[in-house]
Amino acid sequence: MNRLEAQFDIDLPHFRLQADINLPGQGVTAIFGPSGSGKTTLLRCLAGLERSATGRVQFEDVVWQDEQQEIFTPPHQRSVGYVFQDPRLFPHLSVESNLRYGFTRTPAAKRYIGWNQVIDLLDLQPLLHRRTHRLSGGEQRRVAIGRAVLASPRLLLMDEPLVGLDAQRKREIIPLIQQLRDELHIPIVYVTHAINEVLQLATTLVLMEGGKTVASGTLSEIFSRLDLDQYLDQDTIGAVLETQIEAHEPEFGLTRIGFNGRHLFVPQQRLPVGHALRVHVLSRDVSIVVGSPPRQTSVLNVFEAKVVEIGTMSHDRHSVDIKLDVGCPLLARITRKSVAVLNLTPGQTVYANVKAVALSHDLPGIP
Amino acid sequence: MIALSHDDLQALWLTLQLAAVTVGVLLIVGTPIAWWLARTRSRFRTVIEAVVALPLVLPPTVLGFYLLITMSPQGMIGAPWLQFTDATLSFSFTALVIASTLYSLPFVVQPLQASFETIGSVPLETASMLHASPIDAFLSVASPLALRGYITAAVLGFAHTLGEFGVVLMVGGSIPGKTKVLSIAIYDHVETLDYAQAHALSGGLLLFSFITLLMVYTINRRLPIRVA
Repeated sequence: MNRLEAQFDIDLPHFRLQADINLPGQGVTAIFGPSGSGKTTLLRCLAGLERSATGRVQFEDVVWQDEQQEIFTPPHQRSVGYVFQDPRLFPHLSVESNLRYGFTRTPAAKRYIGWNQVIDLLDLQPLLHRRTHRLSGGEQRRVAIGRAVLASPRLLLMDEPLVGLDAQRKREIIPLIQQLRDELHIPIVYVTHAINEVLQLATTLVLMEGGKTVASGTLSEIFSRLDLDQYLDQDTIGAVLETQIEAHEPEFGLTRIGFNGRHLFVPQQRLPVGHALRVHVLSRDVSIVVGSPPRQTSVLNVFEAKVVEIGTMSHDRHSVDIKLDVGCPLLARITRKSVAVLNLTPGQTVYANVKAVALSHDLPGIP
Repeated sequence: MIALSHDDLQALWLTLQLAAVTVGVLLIVGTPIAWWLARTRSRFRTVIEAVVALPLVLPPTVLGFYLLITMSPQGMIGAPWLQFTDATLSFSFTALVIASTLYSLPFVVQPLQASFETIGSVPLETASMLHASPIDAFLSVASPLALRGYITAAVLGFAHTLGEFGVVLMVGGSIPGKTKVLSIAIYDHVETLDYAQAHALSGGLLLFSFITLLMVYTINRRLPIRVA
């Protein structure tokens, strides 16, 4: 199993980075946290652009850095691609020469990504003979991504590659990154402070706060933990379910999706039956019913569930998140008063009413 | 138009040769110095900066005096030079090149340093993430981006070498065809009250200097490369 392991402890002028990560070397890992939490610094350390006295990085079976053994592979020998926040195109070169810069410097034996493949995927053909300063913001990002990918990196680091773009441009570029992940199979570490980008791209999530890595795991794991609510926006707390399209009901404008033997109805999707669909069930959209199964309700999505854990009751908030087990974790947000009235306790069987489902490609910020 | 004498033509040719060779040497020597100064965080940086700037303020005769001593057959450089090459260093063309290189050093190092500082580390980091080694990144990214700096440095170095007097007089003497450069020829003409010849050479030098500077400023304004 390919993994990316790294530990850093660096004192920087403004804060201290204490990172410890162990990630799968495939798919997209999102490094998520507020501005100034050390995400970019962590990425730069992985690339070898910052050196720390006490650092260790290992990717697959190669140790890139181990200060105890005095190993430090310089950045240009790490087979790492980096897409910086600003596109950083070389102003003295044309678009094509920018794209060829890393491509020609990759030994033929190490090239696993073809020129035409990337040019077609990112639709770069019409831009090749342009000068870089004549490109729009979105075009510059595409060239920067293409240039990094054409160097056939074994690991691609992306530092908020969508920051500063309008919603339309973001909508255009996100599917391209998904294709890098699904078609070119490049392992990506993706820094962002936008939760919708995490939900659309990532398989693994690392939370950072104040220079520290506070949690890491699969998206479903992290989003079903009740102890991490301080790091996430209240309105984004809720379980992430990996589902498949099971059937379409065009007469009602609905699509049935399945997960762990359960079903959910969502607004009709254009995806074919069998296709994977990630959904985000916000805890504020799930309520709890105690007693016999409700026979008649306008809510379509009702599950029998077991109470697993009740979140910390805090006196400055009127509601609390409850972790339920419906074959997989589901979070529900109810008032503290309801917890008392319903006399909820872990192990109890209840019914979860799901009032709405956010779809991964239809999330706030990216309509 | 006054025709230049054989002597003056020889001085002109020698001066152009000296300036060209000096600029070549300066670009090679000045690049690593300017690169180091632009990127180091060492505390010796200010010391080296001051040393490089010395020729700006030092009377050329002072520099010439020390160089004369070092390059004399008994001097620190002159003695080993005599041993290895079987020729004296002082009063030779090589001595002039060495002296001019030191004398014009700040005129080359400072513009290069300024342009390397403007470029910063960002393009180099970017290149390193595309498999470029530090030297590769310097040659393929930093130096083309510093093109304006190189043009300014080369022209200033060239023009400044053309006009030097005190230093060349001290280390070169005034041997026609060997070390007698334009500025010394002008001085000789003035001493012998041959104002016509002095006018011709001085006017030519003035015009040449003005045109080169004009070219530098024009090129700098029009060059397509802009480092944001």
